[in-house]
Order: sequence, then C-alpha cells, then structure tokens
Amino acid sequence: MSRTIDAVVSPTQTNTIPADISGQMLDLDEDDDLEVFSKDSTLADGNMFNASMPTSPGSMVNQCKFEEDEESDSKDIFITVDNPESHVTAIETFITYRVLTKTTRSEFDNSEYEVRRRYQDFLWLKGKLEDTHSTLIVHPLPEKFVVKGMVERFNGDFIETRRKALHKFLNRVADHPILSCSEDFKVFLSAQAWELTTYKKQGPGFLSRMGETVRAVANSVRGVKNRPEEFTAIQEYVEDFSNKIGSLDKVTQRIVKEQKEYLEELKEYGPTYTLWSGSEEELAEQLKGVAGCIERCCKETEEQVGHLSDTLVPVLHEYVLCAETLKAVLRRRDNIQAEFEAKNEALATKKVDRDAESSDLGFVWGSLLGKNPEEARHQRQERLDGEIEELKEEIDKLEDRVEWANNALKGDWGRWQRSMRGDLKSAFLSTAEKNVDYYEKCLAVWETFLLSQRTEPSEETDRDNTP
Amino acid sequence: MMADSGPKEVAVIGNTELTSAELDNNIKNTMVEIEKGTSLLRKMEISVAEAEKRTGKNTVNMQEIYTVYLIETRPVDALTEGITPDSLWRRYSEFELLRNYLLVTYPFVVVAPLPEKRAEIVWHKLSADNMDPDFVERRRVGLENFLHRVASHPVLCNDNIFYIFLTEDKDWKEMVYETGFQAKADSRLKAVNAAFRVKNPDGRFTELKHYSDELQTVLSQLLRVRARVADRLYGVYKVHGNYGRVFSEWSAIEKEMGDGLQSAGHHMDAYAASVDDILEEEEHYADQLKEYLFYTDALRAVCRKHELTQFELEMVALDLACKKQQKEELVTGTVRTFSLKGMTSKLFGQETAEQREAKLQVLEQQLKEGEEAVKEKNTESDEFVKTAWVDIERFKDQKDRDLKEALISYAVMQISMCKKGIQVWTNAKECFNKM
Repeated sequence: MSRTIDAVVSPTQTNTIPADISGQMLDLDEDDDLEVFSKDSTLADGNMFNASMPTSPGSMVNQCKFEEDEESDSKDIFITVDNPESHVTAIETFITYRVLTKTTRSEFDNSEYEVRRRYQDFLWLKGKLEDTHSTLIVHPLPEKFVVKGMVERFNGDFIETRRKALHKFLNRVADHPILSCSEDFKVFLSAQAWELTTYKKQGPGFLSRMGETVRAVANSVRGVKNRPEEFTAIQEYVEDFSNKIGSLDKVTQRIVKEQKEYLEELKEYGPTYTLWSGSEEELAEQLKGVAGCIERCCKETEEQVGHLSDTLVPVLHEYVLCAETLKAVLRRRDNIQAEFEAKNEALATKKVDRDAESSDLGFVWGSLLGKNPEEARHQRQERLDGEIEELKEEIDKLEDRVEWANNALKGDWGRWQRSMRGDLKSAFLSTAEKNVDYYEKCLAVWETFLLSQRTEPSEETDRDNTP
Repeated sequence: MMADSGPKEVAVIGNTELTSAELDNNIKNTMVEIEKGTSLLRKMEISVAEAEKRTGKNTVNMQEIYTVYLIETRPVDALTEGITPDSLWRRYSEFELLRNYLLVTYPFVVVAPLPEKRAEIVWHKLSADNMDPDFVERRRVGLENFLHRVASHPVLCNDNIFYIFLTEDKDWKEMVYETGFQAKADSRLKAVNAAFRVKNPDGRFTELKHYSDELQTVLSQLLRVRARVADRLYGVYKVHGNYGRVFSEWSAIEKEMGDGLQSAGHHMDAYAASVDDILEEEEHYADQLKEYLFYTDALRAVCRKHELTQFELEMVALDLACKKQQKEELVTGTVRTFSLKGMTSKLFGQETAEQREAKLQVLEQQLKEGEEAVKEKNTESDEFVKTAWVDIERFKDQKDRDLKEALISYAVMQISMCKKGIQVWTNAKECFNKM
C-alpha cells in the first residue's frame, strides 16, 4: 500500500516538512520531499498503517503537515452523518446512521461511499485511533447514554443530538492531518458492514491487549519521574480548563432550565390580559394588544432557548469530554515515559550486576556444578552482556517512542488549542448574536404596540365632547 | 352630607326631579368643576414624605413596633390663601379609620382603597415582611396616592374630617368618633340579607356588581401570574452572573482569549445586575393594578348600599300595601287574607262599630305615615342612585384613563428592558469577537 504525496500535499501548497515537529517547519521543494519520503519508506517496510507498530506515527508525520493555514483550500474529503434508522433483531434493537463520504483522496478507490454505521462502530474507530496514536488528541464521541435527563435511547431529540455529535467527530478526524490518514478511518468510511466486521477481528489479540493494559496500569502506578516542564504546564492547564468548562456547562444548562420555566409562566401570562379584555369596553383593544405582544415574545423566547440548546450546550459538553480526553492523553504520554524510565533503571541495575565481583553465591553454585570459577564468571559476564545489549536495543526503541509521543502531543496540543478557541469563540459569538436578535425582535413587538396607542389621542378628545 | 368647609356643593345632590338630559349635564358640570378647581389638590400640595419606626404600647398594653408616616401639606403656590405649611405623623390604622369614616358618610362614593396592609401577591425576592424597607416605601407611595385620590374627589375633598386629618394632630380620632359614623354604618348582616331578598334592584348596579367580581378575579390572576413571571425572569438574569465569575477565572489561564473573556464576564455581571431595576419598575406597574383590584371592594360596597336602600324601599312599600289591604278589608268587611284577628272575630263575634271606627282611625294614621315613609325612601333611593351613578361614571373614566396609562408605561418598561438587553449582548459580542 503506497501513499502518494500529491493526494495530501498538492503542488499549489507550500510544502512544509516538520523536521522538528514541535513547530519549526522547513520549506523544502517537492524533490526533497520525495527524497525524505523514500528514505522513510525503506525504514517502515510493508504496511505503514500497521497498528501494532507504535512508531508508525513518525512516518506519517513526515507526510502530513501540522499547520492548518490552508485547511479550507485543501479540504478534499466531505463526510456527512444522517438518516438514523432503527434496526430490530432477535437480540437487540439499535440505531444505524448513514455515513456518506465524498473524497478526491487517492488512497480511496472510489470518490463516493455510502455506508451504515452504528454507535458501537464509532466507538471501535475511536479506540483504534487512540491505540495507534496514543498521544494525539482525538475529538470526543457523544456519550453512551445520558444519565440525567433523557434515559430513553430512542428518543428523537437524543438521536438527533447524537447524530450531530457523530457528524462532528468524523469531520474532526477528517480534518486532522495525521488521524485522517489512518487506515482504520478509511475502512470505517468505505467498508460494507460485513467487511468491517472482518476487519475489526484483525489486529492485536485479546491477550496482547491485556498485556498492554497491565503494563499501562503498572506504569501508572509507578509514576513518571522526570516529566518535562512543558507537560506539567499542560497538565495544570488541563486541570483548570476542565474545571472551568465543567462550570460553564453547568451554568449554561441551568440557564436553559430557567429560561424554559420562564417561558412556561409567560405562556400563562398573556391569556390573563385576554381574559380581562372580555370585561372591559374602552380598554378591551389595548388589553388584547398587550396579550398579543406577550404571545409574540413567547415565540421569540422559545426560539432563543432552542438556539441555546442546539448551539452552545453541545459545544460546551463536547469540551467537557475533551478535557477528559486530554487527561487520558497526558496519562498515556506519562506511561510511555515511565516505561522508558523503568527499562533504564533495569539497565542500570544489570550493569551494576555485571560490573560487580562475582557474588559468593554464584561462585559457590558454579563450583558445585563443577565449573571452573574463571569460566563461570566469564560465562556469567557474557550472559549479562547479552542481556544488556538487548535492553539497550529496547531502550533505544522506547526512547524513540517517547520522543515521537512527546512531539506528536506537542504538535497536536497547539492544534487542539486553536480548535478549542475557534469552537468556543464561535459558539459564544453565535449565542450573543442570537440574544441581540431576540431582544431586537421583542423590542419591535412592543414598539409597534406603543405606536398604535400613541395614534389614539385624537379619539380621546372626541370622547370629551360626546355625553 | 358633610360639606362644612367647602363653599361649593355638587349640584346633583338634593335635586330629585332631574330629567336625564339634566342629569347628563350635571355630570359634565361635575367634571368641569374638577377642572376649575374644586379639588383640594389644586390648592394644597399633599405628600407622605417619610416613614419611621416607633415603639409604643398597644391596646392590650404590650410593646409593639409600628410605622408612622409623615404627612406634609403646603400651599400650591404663593398666591393660594388659607393654607399654611404643616406636617404631622399618622400611622396606618388612622388611615383605615379615615377611610371607614368616608365609606359610611358617603356611601354613594367609590372611595379609593388603601395600599395593602400586608404584602400579598409578591414574588419571592420581595419580602412579605411589613417591616421590610421596600415594602414600607411602596406603602408610603400608596398612602400618598390615597390622599391624592381623596383630595381630588369633587365630594370627598370638601370633608372637614379629611381636612383635619391632614392638618391637625391632636384629638382627630375623638372628632371622628364624635361624628357618630359608626352608628350609621350598616351591619354586614343587614347588607347581605338585603342582597338576597331585594326584588328590583337597578339593573345597572347588578351589572356593576358582576363587573367588579370579574375584575377582581381577573386582576388577582393577572397579578399572581405576573409575580411568577418576575420570579423566573429574576432567575434567568441572575444565573448569567455565574458566567461573569467563570469567564473571569477562565481568562486567567488563557493567553489569547484572556482579554475577551474577562470583559465579556463584566458584561455578564452587568446583565445579571440589571434585572433588579427592571423588576422594581414593574412593581410600580403591579401596584397600579393592585389599586384597581382593591377598588372592586369599593364598587361592591356602593352596590350593596343600593341594594339596601332599594330593599328598605321595597319593605316600606310592601308594608304600605299591606296596610291598604287591611283598610279595605275593614271597610268592606271582607276578609281576604288570613289574620288572627279575623279568626278570633269569627270565633268570638264581630266587633262593634266603635271598635271598627277606632281601628280605621289607627290604620288611616298608619297609612299616612306609611305613604310618607315610602315617599321618603323613594327620594332617598333615587338620590342615592343618581349620586352614586355620577360617581361611578367618574370612577369609570378615571379607571380607563389610569389603566390605559399604566399599560402604556408597561410597554415602555418592556422596551427599556429590551434596549438594555441589546446593549449588553452587543457588548458581549464585541468581547467574544476579540477572543
């Protein structure tokens, strides 16, 4: 499976190759790109999207760029998630969504794909992406079910909210320079249902995944010893951000609740004026006018609440989940470093062992077996040397892994921050605009009423003259 | 009618033989006279300037805290004669006494109501505590309004007791009691009884009674719902204050977004704070509606008085008819109605001619008296209907004017609230743009 560069880096773009991913890009022309590319292709033989190779992100990083400045021009994949449908089988009932992909990318055989996916499939994709790119920031998925509020999984609102979030998830992945190149992603978008099932069964088996989990837990218990300052800074930020965004989420939901209750009371308020108008003569018209104004304001209020629920609430909620994702990413990075540190310590211990004089026990044991003490020592040293060499190789690999993990995270961190700013800014902006619009509409309603009252003074003077 | 100090009297009182054209003319004259300046308010500025807490012993000799209100009066301008600047303190119970006096003394007048004794129909932020400064302040305004209503009423403004209430501190209570108004008051039982048994009340009063019941129901409901709406609006605005706090905290950890967030937060605080003024203004609107809610009691009181006078007239007329019947029976010797006398005479024999003659004399006298009584009651009833209806028309006009203004001011309030909202959110939008 080869990947041609022109699918991603077209001639019209500036070719930036991240030599050092943390932000410094070199401008190279196309030929140099190809050269770099071909070097890497010999390093990583076969399938570069092999999920079991933890360093594969490195090769992909060389192909894709981190800077997003030409994102809008370079959008070559369009994904929509729509058309939820209910499926009933003997065992369960579930919803599938249509995933429609239109793309010009060359790694896709067709330019258009239409598949149906269920929530579980999205979960699988997210899991694979996180496994493969453990220190990249993957956009969160909507939750399995909402505990408070709607428990009903097949409630229309719930399905629509989820559909929107799934749509956003896939588009975020598609926008990500590295994640969108993922084979898992491609399969998700293009494979038929049975193909996907088969594909899912590949990959590291259950036991090896268990082993990884155990190692991860062990590492997290052990903790990382020398975390670089910048990651500590990021962690502190993430803690604070998580608190703030959580508060904002709660405040916004509370506002929606209060606004809805206000609306309920307002709906009862207008009719009291109508009722009153029935008992009056002179005042009847005016009272009905007020009732009408209140009714129209009710409609505007309903719209405003709807907008808040559709625009601001989901975004804040997404970023609450993002904060959790970030924490997990930082943990995984820590674990990678912890593993590296552990191996280093093991190496140091082994070296000490080797350099130490033969222990009495070893000597005794050796002599019991009838071994020549010199020979025994020599053999022992050889053995330890071998182990040390092995360890050194492993440590080299782990060191690479740590460096790639750190660089990936650093690069993605900047990208995530920009996304976050953009998303939240636009959500709050939209909310403020809608609120201005809401008040402007209500203002117009009351001003119209007032105008109709002010033109009546001519009636009043007539009244004085008639008995 | 008590019109001791007033040089002018309303022309309607005392003249019972008015044609409807003349009646209409009188109504116009009354209204014109208000414009010309019979109203005390034209001469005298009345204000309830302050409220203070006092402690004292009450009727059962226990310590109590109560509020007193300062009534200040002064001439409208330098040219007004007969008015000197004055001030005195009165408590709420004295206002109540004054009002009860006016109700009894001028039963044909729709007497303005007093503000609430206790805070009812309030939304949660407003305390229902009588000692709460906001409540006391609103009550002060209400009492001033009451005095203005009375002082601008064509009939009531001429009342001496009212004048002394405004100007003389000492012994006012004794003076009120000395008028003996309490004895004149109709018992509630009498009034209810009459309401049930009256046969031919004036249709307009029946209609008015229905209207006042309807108005009371409708206004109570309206005010209750409004209070709930205010409560909810308060909640919405105040929760936004949390945005202020969180934005501020969040801005501390952001570099690019910090400034935008910080200033947006300030606007959210401003938004949350703005609701206090908005709702305070609305409370004035609610008070205007409440006045008319309480006015329905006064309307019903006038209707009840009419029913009572009408009932008394009917009773007297019935009695006269009875007596006439009796006379006829005596003269013709026929007994058409059952009477104990009739039965006993049947049993014990007829009366003598002298006895009959004596009885007839008595009956003649009674008939004469009865006819006088009917005439009197008729006059009374007619007068009442006429004077009451003049005042009811005055009240209706006042109500339509006042409520129309109130509704317009409500619209103005809503507009002001919308404008504030536009401003705050436009500012917030600018700040978000800078994020």
